[in-house]
Amino acid sequence: MDILPILSTLRRHKITSWLLILEIALTCAIVCNAVFMIGHRLQHMRMSSGIDEHALVQVQVADIAPSPDIYARAKEDLAVLRQIPGVQAVAMTNQLPLGGSSSNASVKLDPTQRQPILSAGTYFGRDLPQTFGARLVAGRNLKPEEYIDADIAIKALATGDTKGLPAVAVVTQALAQRLWPGQNPLGKSFYLTDTVSLRVVGVLAGLARANAHDDATAQYTMILPLLMGAGKDQSYILRTRPQDRAAVLKAAVAALKKADPLRVVTRQRTYDDVRHEFFANDRAMAGILVGVIVALLTVTALGIVGLASFWVAQRRRTIGVRRALGATRGHILRYFQTENFLLATFGIALGMLLAYGINLFLMLHYELPRLPAFYFPVGAVALWLIGQLAVLGPALRAAAVPPVVATRSV
Amino acid sequence: MFGYYLDLALHSLKRNKVLTALMVLALALGIGATITTLTVLRLLSGDPLPQKSAQLFYPQVDPYPENRPFSRSGTKLPWLMSYVDAMNLLRAGKAQRQTAVALAQVKVKPRTTEGKPFYADGVMTTADFFPMFDAPFQYGAGWSAADDDRRVQVAVISGFLNDKLYGGANSVGRMIRVEDRDFRIIGVLKSWAPQPRFYALHLGSRNYGKGEGVFMPLQAARADGIGPSMMMSYGSGSSMEHLETSPAIWLGVWLELPDASAVSAYRLFLADYARQQVALGRFQKSRTALSGLMAWLRGEHVVPDDARLQAGLAFGFLLICVVNTVGLLLAKCLRRSREIGVRRALGAGRGAIFAQFMVEAAIVGVAGGVLGLVFAELGLWGIRHQPAQYASLAHLDLAMFLFTFVVALAASLVAGLLPAWRACAVAPAPQLKAL
Repeated sequence: MDILPILSTLRRHKITSWLLILEIALTCAIVCNAVFMIGHRLQHMRMSSGIDEHALVQVQVADIAPSPDIYARAKEDLAVLRQIPGVQAVAMTNQLPLGGSSSNASVKLDPTQRQPILSAGTYFGRDLPQTFGARLVAGRNLKPEEYIDADIAIKALATGDTKGLPAVAVVTQALAQRLWPGQNPLGKSFYLTDTVSLRVVGVLAGLARANAHDDATAQYTMILPLLMGAGKDQSYILRTRPQDRAAVLKAAVAALKKADPLRVVTRQRTYDDVRHEFFANDRAMAGILVGVIVALLTVTALGIVGLASFWVAQRRRTIGVRRALGATRGHILRYFQTENFLLATFGIALGMLLAYGINLFLMLHYELPRLPAFYFPVGAVALWLIGQLAVLGPALRAAAVPPVVATRSV
Repeated sequence: MFGYYLDLALHSLKRNKVLTALMVLALALGIGATITTLTVLRLLSGDPLPQKSAQLFYPQVDPYPENRPFSRSGTKLPWLMSYVDAMNLLRAGKAQRQTAVALAQVKVKPRTTEGKPFYADGVMTTADFFPMFDAPFQYGAGWSAADDDRRVQVAVISGFLNDKLYGGANSVGRMIRVEDRDFRIIGVLKSWAPQPRFYALHLGSRNYGKGEGVFMPLQAARADGIGPSMMMSYGSGSSMEHLETSPAIWLGVWLELPDASAVSAYRLFLADYARQQVALGRFQKSRTALSGLMAWLRGEHVVPDDARLQAGLAFGFLLICVVNTVGLLLAKCLRRSREIGVRRALGAGRGAIFAQFMVEAAIVGVAGGVLGLVFAELGLWGIRHQPAQYASLAHLDLAMFLFTFVVALAASLVAGLLPAWRACAVAPAPQLKAL
């Protein structure tokens, strides 16, 4: 196909051509970035929690009348929950991976350090790795005799008495790698305050924090040998077979209410619900972005259809002359297809530059990473395809123009 | 003449129904998306108390030790204040009004019926809270500074809690059970929920949405063991029981300063206060800040990034729709070169041709605006079903309703400029010759 005659025709329709190129360029730029943002959100939503998600349920209760001994209350509750048929393990925790409300501490390697290195999620509670199903990759779990009641630890903090403070911790691989890159973390110590020094005794493959909004720091967590008393911020976690979750949840609520009729169940859900709620905003945003992409591509495609139809109608006579001079239907069809391909190519080239510019702006203002290069060819192919599809109808109509049109005066 | 142009335009639009529908639909989609996101953005970045915000200020001091800064970069001032600092500022009384605020999740139970207890959002604050933030009362009134000092167990409840517990009747004088203590109701608010919820910022609650149910005097509530939703400690040994003496920040302090001279006087006072605390050894840094309400909200990035991103996206979309409309209008107008030639030959001036095509563009714009309004309502309906905390607030108001047509007309007239200019540049002679 000869491109030069097409180019010379386009040069005589400068404004219309440029408008089409501009439209394709803008669409290309926005679609590239929107697809990238969708990918970014989806990747975030696939974040690993490090636990056995489909086997867990959560119950939160609040006591109406304050319990005289919240530690005894917690022990009783756990014992009651353990009796429920189908329950494999039970624990009380101060937070859940991806649970939203979080408890965190700043970590230092040396108490004289001016600034903490990072902030890490702090899990308190007995039997957490076993109940969560978090995999231990090195060292051991926390031993029952290492656990300290939270109020004793708080008093010890105030008095500076290190005996009443936790001395060991289990950390995640990600946290260990960040604190001691390339070294064996077992036996190493870190500081939460000037007096609280913790020795690493175990390493978990992964355990996401409750406020895992940033992928880079999502796995910075540790488990401390602290026992909390029953309270409205604590959660009971039950592990069961996935198919038994609904029944176990119901039985757990009933058992807790029976143990103390004067309390309110503030939350009961499976862990799948926890994950679903945590990423609700990201899912909504991804949905909106998909809607925008579809609307954009539709508008652009319809724009191409409109302009191409107009062009075909305007050139009916020319087409007739060409047909009369021996051009086949195929020639005419390919002429319009090539013309659209050329316009799309210009548009895509311009669009890539724009896409890159928009990405730079987003990187600056919204902490988005750089647009990976493979988005460019994918975006180009998508727009070429849409352009070709859109022009097909008008081009077929052009090809159907009979040669006799040339001989008619208009 | 305008009537004639209108007639011509309608005639031309009718002749090419598909093309017209395409233009209107594209423009409407762009306008619908833009208005939807702008409505949300306006709602999120709005002024919570338009009549008062210029006089409300948020002071900050920095009790954090040098080796344990509040933010990792060390530049940010702590969001909240410790009890000691908040009370020092309140007692100094250097502003026209001043209040300290903390939020709390509290268990509430009506005293009269044996109803089930439930959790409600509560506010622990001081007497000036209500007059300072113009909180309107349905029944009764707030408490006094003397009540604060005497730790009187009184409460102000919101209109929605009053409706829920007492069926909207005047409940002043009745008792309400909060966290197993009796509080006497002394006031019932009308529905009051400034958006964004500026006083709740960083206090452990949402930045948008419904207001709180119960308001209690800070000291009385603390004496009953009610703890704040948000507490950040900057030293060892902070516990929920001894928050008043702990090295912990958990209170937001607000000041009412009527004019610029009061503001600069307070700035000096605050700087003095911080230096004094450094001298006393309580602080290690004498940095302070005093931000106006709107500056505080802007500085803390209250508007979610997603909302900005959506607005940007919508504008990009509108731009593409406008380019699309320019292309289609141009195509239409070039096809009508002969008609233009005839009109010119019959005596129509360039201006008349220009006006005729602009009228045609404006009709597309108005139609696009009407349809865009439908899309915007649909879009806002969609937003209301989103999980965002501001979702329930997304409604189109009169200003945005009118703005829709301004955007629609502006977009279509901009889109019409180029085609109309090309149309009036058509030379009549060649067109007539071809006939």
